[in-house]
Amino acid sequence: MPSLILSRRDLDFLLHEWLDVESLTKRPRFTEHSRETFDAVLDLAEQIATDHFAPHNRTADLNEPRMVDGKVEMIPEVKKALTVFTDAGLMAGSFDEEYGGMQLPHTVGQAVFAWFKAANVGTSAYPFLTMGNARLLLAHGSQEQIDTYVRPELEGRWFGTMALSEPQAGSSLADITTRAVPQDDGTYRLTGNKMWISGGDHELTENIVHLVLAKIPGGPPGVKGISLFIVPKFLVNDDGSLGERNDVVLAGLNHKMGYRGTTNTLLNFGEGVHTPGGQAGAVGYLVGEQHRGLTYMFHMMNEARIGVGVGATVLGYTGYLHALEYARTRTQGRPAAAKDPASKPVPIVEHADVRRMLLTAKSYVEGGMALGLYCARLVDEEQTAENEADRARAHLLLDMLTPIAKAWPSQWGPVADDLAIQVHGGYGYTRDYPVEQFYRDNRLNPIHEGTQGIQSLDLLGRKVVMQGGSGLALLGETITAATARAAGTEWAGFAADIDAAVARMGAVTATLWGAGDPAVTLANSHVYLEAAGHLVVAWLWLEQALATGTADSDFHQGKRQAARFFWRWELPRVHHRFDLLESLDRTVLDTPDRWL
Amino acid sequence: MNIVVLVKQVPDSGSERKLDPADNTVARASADNVINEMDEYAIEEALLVRDREGGEVTVLTVGPDSATDAIRKALSMGADKAVHVVDDAIHGSCAVQTSGVIAAALQQLEYDLVLCGAEATDAQLSVMPALVAERLNIPQLSGARKLTVEGGMAKIERQTDGGYWAVEAPLPAIVSTWDTINEPRYPSFKGIMAAKKKPVETKTLADLGLDAGSVGLANATSKVLDFAGRPPKGEGVKVVDEGDGAQKFVDFLASQKIV
Ligand SMILES: Cc1cc2nc3c(=O)[nH]c(=O)nc-3n(C[C@H](O)[C@H](O)[C@H](O)COP(=O)(O)OP(=O)(O)OC[C@H]3O[C@@H](n4cnc5c(N)ncnc54)[C@H](O)[C@@H]3O)c2cc1C
Ligand SMILES: Cc1cc2nc3c(=O)[nH]c(=O)nc-3n(C[C@H](O)[C@H](O)[C@H](O)COP(=O)(O)OP(=O)(O)OC[C@H]3O[C@@H](n4cnc5c(N)ncnc54)[C@H](O)[C@@H]3O)c2cc1C
Repeated sequence: MPSLILSRRDLDFLLHEWLDVESLTKRPRFTEHSRETFDAVLDLAEQIATDHFAPHNRTADLNEPRMVDGKVEMIPEVKKALTVFTDAGLMAGSFDEEYGGMQLPHTVGQAVFAWFKAANVGTSAYPFLTMGNARLLLAHGSQEQIDTYVRPELEGRWFGTMALSEPQAGSSLADITTRAVPQDDGTYRLTGNKMWISGGDHELTENIVHLVLAKIPGGPPGVKGISLFIVPKFLVNDDGSLGERNDVVLAGLNHKMGYRGTTNTLLNFGEGVHTPGGQAGAVGYLVGEQHRGLTYMFHMMNEARIGVGVGATVLGYTGYLHALEYARTRTQGRPAAAKDPASKPVPIVEHADVRRMLLTAKSYVEGGMALGLYCARLVDEEQTAENEADRARAHLLLDMLTPIAKAWPSQWGPVADDLAIQVHGGYGYTRDYPVEQFYRDNRLNPIHEGTQGIQSLDLLGRKVVMQGGSGLALLGETITAATARAAGTEWAGFAADIDAAVARMGAVTATLWGAGDPAVTLANSHVYLEAAGHLVVAWLWLEQALATGTADSDFHQGKRQAARFFWRWELPRVHHRFDLLESLDRTVLDTPDRWL
Repeated sequence: MNIVVLVKQVPDSGSERKLDPADNTVARASADNVINEMDEYAIEEALLVRDREGGEVTVLTVGPDSATDAIRKALSMGADKAVHVVDDAIHGSCAVQTSGVIAAALQQLEYDLVLCGAEATDAQLSVMPALVAERLNIPQLSGARKLTVEGGMAKIERQTDGGYWAVEAPLPAIVSTWDTINEPRYPSFKGIMAAKKKPVETKTLADLGLDAGSVGLANATSKVLDFAGRPPKGEGVKVVDEGDGAQKFVDFLASQKIV
């Protein structure tokens, strides 16, 4: 039976029939790879996700981690699954051979990890965070920091966290108050509270490597005064063994709507519960230079945000696959034209309205998967393209697409899960079926890693105007290069509609920025993000339709039908949004708080 | 210690399996082909014995080109090398003929221990270990749930319905394994990369000194005369509880010979 976690057929289509990832194996970094190794590692991911991640997805949801005597207790299946994961070499997979990795292209790596997120997002968060943490240290840490912290992380012996948020500062990191005071020996002592830290404490690994944003007293105000520190739970001796307990302690666990398998913590730094070196204060090691912490963090944010987008997509994807399976087996009602009440009820997939829901969900999740893998391919281009110009181009396009790659799936992935519940009728609303959990789990994605509102400000406030608008221009060129390829095919009409939307986006952006008042320009940024996202995904549906060529299997015909659906049903929605934006609508801006 | 594992590629038992109406043989081209599940236990056991005793594990497969996928998987789990017997003439061979090919291939290898799964999920004949043992004139220890190798002897616990038999034989011997014997490892990412570089030797019937007339559908010792699909699922039986529900339920189970 085909998996209900993800569709391997679709991944193969996207990776090979469309993105041609095998061509990457000609590049020096990937010469050891081939279609065979890509296939084998995807097989491995599916197998481990099926055997060790999916089975405890519900168990973890029903048994949230608990704090007992200051320690976190959780179900044992989590550790077992993560041990299998790291033993198979999947933690290190995309990293350099030098660090025990296999130099898997990022594109394939995203597809591999997608299996784990779709099977069990709560458990997969631990390696997700650890890999992000390791990547950041590899890019900005010293060799000594890499040897001390990254190696054990990639061996799965230590896990990592990203500690940015504070109780009073989530979206606005400029307002963090955690302080880092320099010491004579070159280390720092940190004091403050960090809120929402995923994987912030647990007994899964012998040590935890926190990457913490904090301010050094006397530094510049706002984001320009934020530095990045390594704060290990246990200090590390010169020989790599564990030393004293650092002064970072678990203050409490958050009880969440979803993602319940991931411990989510409030951490206190420097309150003197432990006194490393005989002194209160959490010992921290500066990463890179002072005051550049947020820049380092954001450097890695592109990849992290694509990862969050893929997570939102695949939670919707698994919901869709479950709904499809249900719709094929649940019988209810008769075709609209059936006259005989004694005729047999039909599977609900026969009802046009149920097919509407399934096709909508299909167009969102397969569109989101295309978006995620396209962006991952840009990461590979950015890092390994043969010439500097291509690398720079990929970097610019990726920068431009990142808010969309994070926010579009975070908005529409949960809608796919909502539709999956709807297809299940009353059963979808119960805990006897998994779709309600997928929905709850997915509801986090529009919130963390920068809320939708923050992503929309990033897109309209920064990305479309950066470098004199060259990011927006490059996106336009990239899209119209695809629409040009559709000339003379059955997709010419779709291409023309996309071209028209691209032109409108340019015009609307100019109108918005010509308003002369940033408050007016940015007031409806979310609507702009939605329109841009739908336009980008329409383009990626055109790409997929073109990639099917003349193949006429059910799979390929289904791809084309979903492309037609997105063209007729979804793309037109951008115009309503552009209308609103073009009119510089002030309804929201001019609504005083007291009227709400 | 030289260990040879017999590995077969079969259509995935989790998907719908078909016979090819043209010649009543298993339709392999359209199927989702995987390593025979029981063989994964044999591979794991071979790796465990090798890791204890030293030596090499060779995978031996008789099958079409596509069977390389099964070989790669065994190599990525940790086997050292492989021999793949491929010859169009073998298509449609019966178990007796196939055992001749396997025995001939084994005779060109050095082996102290031959391991195989207790059955293949496609035909479920469970005769291969006995046929190969007979042809090579070596002992067979079948249906192992535990294996130890020491002092030139292989000792197994042969699984039975009520318990086990302790059986032993001098090496070289052939041992077939059940899924109770171990928990097969996953291939590792390192293993996958390493597998690409491991030697896979392909052999034809001629290389084995066999005559095409000794194999193939036309000369098979058994023939599939006819086959039919599984009948569609009928309506379920509805038991209405009129105070005698329990009795009706028991009667139903009895009528199905379940109790
Ligand atoms: C389950 C979970 C896991 C998390 N894991 C981590 C982690 O591992 N590490 C970490 O550092 N953080 C983590 N976070 C924190 C997360 O990143 C923040 O919750 C998020 O950034 C939002 O911050 P906030 O919760 O303080 O909301 P607020 O910033 O208070 O935002 C509330 C609302 O106001 C809007 N808003 C705020 N400012 C603006 C603005 N300037 N313009 C327009 N709208 C605005 C937001 O869009 C949002 O809708 C996690 C959160 C959750 C729930
Ligand atoms: C919390 C809860 C409380 C409830 N309370 C009550 C109660 O107090 N009393 C009571 O009697 N019932 C109650 N219900 C039942 C509720 O009314 C049904 O769940 C609802 O009518 C849907 O029926 P179903 O669940 O069998 O889904 P189905 O009928 O199986 O529907 C599944 C999907 O198929 C679609 N579908 C089905 N038939 C057609 C068709 N002909 N054409 C197009 N689409 C179709 C549906 O729209 C739905 O998306 C409750 C349900 C819940 C979840």
